Amino acid sequence: MGVISNGTTLLDAGALDSGVPTGSMTLIKTLTASSSATLDFVNGASNVVFDGTYKEYVFKFINIHLATNGQNFTFQADTGTNTNYNQAITSTSFTAYHGENGNSGTLSYSASGDQAQGTAFQLLNSTSEIGSDADQSLSGSLTIYDPSNTTFVKNFMATTNWNELNDFTGNTFTAGYINTTTALTRVRFKISSGNIDSGVIKMYGVK
Amino acid sequence: MAIISNAVTIADAGAFSASLGSMILIKTLTASNSGTLSFVHGASDVVLNNTYPIYMFKFINIHPASHTEFTFNTSIDSGSNYNVAKTTTTTSAYHGENDASGPTYYYIDEDLAQGTGVARISGDIYTDNDSSMSGEMFLFSPSSTTFVKHFISDTQRMDYSGAGYSNQWKCAGYTNTTSAVNAIQFSMVTGNIASGTIKLYGIKDS
Repeated sequence: MGVISNGTTLLDAGALDSGVPTGSMTLIKTLTASSSATLDFVNGASNVVFDGTYKEYVFKFINIHLATNGQNFTFQADTGTNTNYNQAITSTSFTAYHGENGNSGTLSYSASGDQAQGTAFQLLNSTSEIGSDADQSLSGSLTIYDPSNTTFVKNFMATTNWNELNDFTGNTFTAGYINTTTALTRVRFKISSGNIDSGVIKMYGVK
Repeated sequence: MAIISNAVTIADAGAFSASLGSMILIKTLTASNSGTLSFVHGASDVVLNNTYPIYMFKFINIHPASHTEFTFNTSIDSGSNYNVAKTTTTTSAYHGENDASGPTYYYIDEDLAQGTGVARISGDIYTDNDSSMSGEMFLFSPSSTTFVKHFISDTQRMDYSGAGYSNQWKCAGYTNTTSAVNAIQFSMVTGNIASGTIKLYGIKDS
């Protein structure tokens, strides 16, 4: 039985009517850090979807707070059931800075934040600079395109804003590709040294 | 008749009262050796007017037939002509698989100053089988008849120049017209879009 309101069919045959516009960005999973060494999103585990269901996956970082001063927020990915998180990445990184004291309004390329077929965790900020003061954190987003595609490498783009340990604001633009034509199945986030003291990572699929 | 559950109005007057999300997929175009991919308001279920204040395009694995850049242009006459004046900025960063570093560039030869030709929103995408470009572009208030139309694009591609390169490319600017923009066209500088997907979304303001 359809549900019709004011002449418009809203529900029919157990689903929203095709004429009803619905959102295209679906929240898949929220992970909340609590002195966590890593936060992992694994396809098929804990209700996580990270496969061909969506062409694009977006991760939102909300107030990632470090346990250790002067470290980096990073990510890596892996394939199949592998848990080494060591896929080859080629990437670029540049950051705009400005101090609370008005100093150093600059834009600079971060050679220590990029990778050339490196298998390390990819930095999402400039090197070793996020502060751990009580009011300091990192927020931003990472997009991974078509992770299950078996033809193309996997492009990604990230933008973060973060509090530098000497009270600067840093706006980092990171992009690159995970150089594999094998489907990705998992993504891991961690701090370069020490735990993620607190913070939230939300994963969305985009229709 | 309203639909009320647990004292909450779920739907009324032919529409849902409950939130169904603010990012609405309008249209998906898939390239198949295509010269252009166009979104024209009112054609093929495309909406590109004042229904939404912000429109977002997503580019997924754009793969060219020739080693060249990805571009767009806009129209104020429903796609008869794609030639609206644009003023843009273009910045870019490179890094090679062989660790050859490119600093962050401002591309003075890639920007436009009232140019009516295409705006280049990626670097040259290589034609190697596993090479492509992905990214996004926002177009703000295309139907405004008061303001010029701002856009912001951000793309990431794999290039090849002896070794593979990663390149992020940021192009932003405005189409300098106070007429409503009602169509947009994507293409390569030369040759076809061999494969890839472009999705058009509307972002609600309420």
